[in-house]
Amino acid sequence: MQALYAQLLVGLINGSFYALLSLGLAVIFGMLNIINFAHGALYMMGAFCAYFLLNGLGLNYWYALVIAPVAVGIFGMVLERTLLRWLAGLDHLYGLLLTFGIALIIQGVFQNYFGSSGLPYAIPSQLQGGMNLGFMFLPVYRGWVVVFSLVVCIATWYLIERTRLGAYLRAATENPNLVRAFGINVPRMITLTYGLGIGLAALAGVLSAPINQVRPLMGADLIIVVFAVVVIGGMGSIMGSVITGFALGVVEGLTKYFYPEASNTVVFVLMVLVLLVKPTGLTGRAT
Amino acid sequence: MNKKLSALMLGTALALATGTGAFAGDKVVKIGVLNDMSGLYADLAGPGSVIAAQMAIEDSGLTKKGWKIDVLSADHQNKPDIGVNIARQWIDVDKVDVLADVPTSSVALAVSNLAKEKNSILLDSGAGTSDLTNKACSPNTIHWTYDTYTLAHGTGTALTKSGGNTWFFLTADYAFGAALERDTTAAVEAAGGKVVGAVKHPLNTADFSSFLLQAQASKAKVIGLANAGGDTVNAIKQAAEFGITSGGQKLASLLMFISDVHALGLKTAKGLNLTETFYWDLNDGTRAFSKRFQDRMKNHAMPTMVQAGVYSSLLHYFKALDSLGENPHDGAKMVAKMKTMPTDDPIFGKGSIEPNGRVLHPAYLFEVKSPAESKGPWDYYKLVATIPANEAFTPLDKSTCPLLKK
Repeated sequence: MQALYAQLLVGLINGSFYALLSLGLAVIFGMLNIINFAHGALYMMGAFCAYFLLNGLGLNYWYALVIAPVAVGIFGMVLERTLLRWLAGLDHLYGLLLTFGIALIIQGVFQNYFGSSGLPYAIPSQLQGGMNLGFMFLPVYRGWVVVFSLVVCIATWYLIERTRLGAYLRAATENPNLVRAFGINVPRMITLTYGLGIGLAALAGVLSAPINQVRPLMGADLIIVVFAVVVIGGMGSIMGSVITGFALGVVEGLTKYFYPEASNTVVFVLMVLVLLVKPTGLTGRAT
Repeated sequence: MNKKLSALMLGTALALATGTGAFAGDKVVKIGVLNDMSGLYADLAGPGSVIAAQMAIEDSGLTKKGWKIDVLSADHQNKPDIGVNIARQWIDVDKVDVLADVPTSSVALAVSNLAKEKNSILLDSGAGTSDLTNKACSPNTIHWTYDTYTLAHGTGTALTKSGGNTWFFLTADYAFGAALERDTTAAVEAAGGKVVGAVKHPLNTADFSSFLLQAQASKAKVIGLANAGGDTVNAIKQAAEFGITSGGQKLASLLMFISDVHALGLKTAKGLNLTETFYWDLNDGTRAFSKRFQDRMKNHAMPTMVQAGVYSSLLHYFKALDSLGENPHDGAKMVAKMKTMPTDDPIFGKGSIEPNGRVLHPAYLFEVKSPAESKGPWDYYKLVATIPANEAFTPLDKSTCPLLKK
């Protein structure tokens, strides 16, 4: 039983990465109607950004938590302005192909210079060590990841669903022409939204840097699972993607305990089951 | 008329010369380096193995004697079906004579079968499974560098004898992991230890925390990592995070390459024991080779033992070709010839090839230096013990290779 608690907690920790990444995807899909396959590559860039800040400029983890999302977010906005913009109104497939291509290019460039096994990034000294919870040894850093990503998820949800800015955003997706008639700069809002979604991915990258190796393919390995999370949660549903992210982390954690061989397929089995029963995802609305 | 005829002759001659090249007794050789070019094993094999192959061609001196040697390379993505498809196309269409490297045991076993079926040659350096020279041995396959028996009898035996008598395995869920767990279990039990449990994880796992917690709960003194490359790196890094090493349990990184140590950093990797058959700083021969290799690598990495093995295996192949004077394009014949010749090169030293295809050379038990002991980049290992060739590999009388039963 004790082992079970431990696996639940570990699942929650992994779930927080799924939640952060799928949240960004959901924001981008909900507002821009783009299936952002470059998300994993930008997550990886976030982690590399943290590495460069530490080893190049001597700026530690806490600076990286702020600087990396902003820097990678700006990179994302440039992508949106120069490339993605041209696909507005076209079929989803074009956006998917373009972002997938961007992901391959970014990963290829990083792999060329840094190889595949990646670079080490240490846990910040304030968050080292761990505590004994009785049923398991919880590294402080992992606890921090869960709490921090929960806060970020809720803040993002609040921003979009409960503030005036969020209301503009939602209105702009619903009817861009009408919103523009009120004097709101819709293209700029879209750029900023894409930047926000990418910033969330980069933030997840910084969070994961001390746990995983900073590797060019760290995002590619994760992104497929995250897409499954988004599909299960319902494309474009913010709360749905967050809850599904955490829930699937737990399901995966339990699978690792009861039947480890299936742990990298269980998410997809669930995805198939959900799509069979409810094609719009658990919280998605039929459009 | 005469002009036409000579033109026709010339055309035919040209077509033959530039065509398949698969005529018995010419001086044309094609090498195919088949490995993981982009995934978790790309740093330990990958493009570095292609560089090693090119160095072997240059050092063989065959091109000066009029030989034409080409290297092809491809990414098998650690998937047996993809690997076999590429190898089949190379052999059938591109007339490749030798398949080199082929890490990832599941792919290696499949490609070895194909090489036998097509009478081609597999000079395997990257794969670990000892099955390649035991129950799955082939007259067309030679296994260089290391195998799971070496690792088990290096690190496994050493740790058990130094007091780590209860083991729990984290095993990569494919042919290599299974072979390594099996061979290490045998070595641990032979040294008086006991295996208390194991958990299989999928190949290419990013998060090991669930598996590590299970290992932690087992209270075993040693946690054996029967995996490789990126999986090993992640497992070691996260084991430190979960307080496993500070809690008194010892990690046994059964297969670890210098590229993994480099990726982990000495701060995390220090004190780990590992078994390798090659290290760049062993002697003048290895240092000279490694320096040249490093200069050619884009990220200036030192060669791993797998890459060194690709060099060594091809060098031996070229020596055999040289002694025959021409390429017979007959896999089994070439392999038989190679087995009759002792191996000798600056990096693995003197050795031999067993009838089952196993290459014998010494192996080394290393300990990873602490950051204070290291004098600079890539100065990572302390030599703990040298394992003589006859102890590093399956003894011939214990080999289950069907080729031996005659």
